[in-house]
Amino acid sequence: MSAGLGAWSFFMEHRAEILGATLEHVELVLISMVIAMFIAVPLGMFVVQRPALRAISIGVANVFQTIPSLALFGFLIPIPFIGGIGKRTAIVALVLYALLPILRNTYVGLSGIDPAVLEAAEAMGMTPLQVLFRVRFPLALAVILAGIRTATIITIGIATIAAAIGAGGLGTFIFRGVALVSDSLILAGAIPAALLALFADFLLGLLERRLRVA
Amino acid sequence: MNAKISNFSGNLIEFRNVSFHINDIPRREVISGVTLAVPAGDAVVLLGRSGSGKTTLLRLINAMLLPSRGEVLVQGRATLEWDPIRLRRGIGYVIQEAGLFPHFTVGENVALVPSLEKWDRERTEARVGELLRLVGLEPGEFAGRRPRELSGGQRQRVGVARALAADPPILLMDEPFGALDPVTRAELQREFRALAERLGKTIVFVTHDLREALLLASRIVLLEAGRIVAVAPPQEFLRLEHPEVRAFAASLETGPGVPA
Repeated sequence: MSAGLGAWSFFMEHRAEILGATLEHVELVLISMVIAMFIAVPLGMFVVQRPALRAISIGVANVFQTIPSLALFGFLIPIPFIGGIGKRTAIVALVLYALLPILRNTYVGLSGIDPAVLEAAEAMGMTPLQVLFRVRFPLALAVILAGIRTATIITIGIATIAAAIGAGGLGTFIFRGVALVSDSLILAGAIPAALLALFADFLLGLLERRLRVA
Repeated sequence: MNAKISNFSGNLIEFRNVSFHINDIPRREVISGVTLAVPAGDAVVLLGRSGSGKTTLLRLINAMLLPSRGEVLVQGRATLEWDPIRLRRGIGYVIQEAGLFPHFTVGENVALVPSLEKWDRERTEARVGELLRLVGLEPGEFAGRRPRELSGGQRQRVGVARALAADPPILLMDEPFGALDPVTRAELQREFRALAERLGKTIVFVTHDLREALLLASRIVLLEAGRIVAVAPPQEFLRLEHPEVRAFAASLETGPGVPA
């Protein structure tokens, strides 16, 4: 009870800081997600036309996904240009994590279209590009968005760890709280991060349902 | 371009000693030495068991497949020499389950080829209305619906309307009524027969149902293991002695729901 009240008064006292960190967190996630989408969606569209590339591209994305996040941050720091301490390194790592769910769902969505629909499209005299953009892509959109949703949730989570390499965000409170053995400080980072993830999941889920066809 | 096809008289489609094997492995021949001429206005039904090569033959006409040997001529020109996109826009195509685009409305489905051909909106809308009425669907009621809101028979009607949209001289149909219940099926067969007579299209129709072949064909082409084994108009077909013809004739006598 008193711990709860303590945390609450801590929140109220530091609300400006918490809000700032939350915005910083959102910024990290948004930048990373936009970059990841611009890489993974076109890559998925390209790969679906060339099945030979599928195993390679998904395999590479899988490798990044499998490396523990703190280790990946560690690996990136010594790399020139993209590495070092700070936001840039964090964004590179977050993008690498977000790639796989988006790439995989783009591929699955684009290749999972009813064969009769694709046959009709081809037989009506649609060019391969028209089939891709007017049939495959709109029909795959809900599945692609499901991938983006998964990637966003992962990114919000991993972005808290990015504080360890000086990227800021809500993780700053958590790491500081752990160092100072302060529950209030930990919760000041953990609660907004959890709410952020739930909120993003809800919002993207809503959008996904609206896009689902047939 | 399309007008050029429709004014063509003589053999609109011609198979010249056509063979087709999967992945160019000669041992796996799906079509062997098929020669067949389809004059304008003909309604040819390709009849055969599953795996006899009917659908393959159909797909060779609109260059979805290219022959391994021999050539397929459409309007006197080999499919290899056609731009496949141009060729297909002049050929209507209807398949089982219709293959309608689930993210398009009925109207948008029918308007597909006109939109690819960049017709203006007024002309397209008029054409969509005309076609929906032609297949027995009231445009005001159906044009705005999605395919999932239709029955199987209605979907197939839309499939026929879509195939006819740009007024192609050739219509390819791959078991279009195969997935329908028997009552709807008979209904659509009758209506389609009347429609085909009225429109004078050149039709190649694939089925494994002899009754359907007898009803719709001006000529029945019987396929067995990738070869043509019999060609005859429906009224003569049942009198042929070929064993595969007899096998199909027997299916007519013992088939379910067939009156004696």
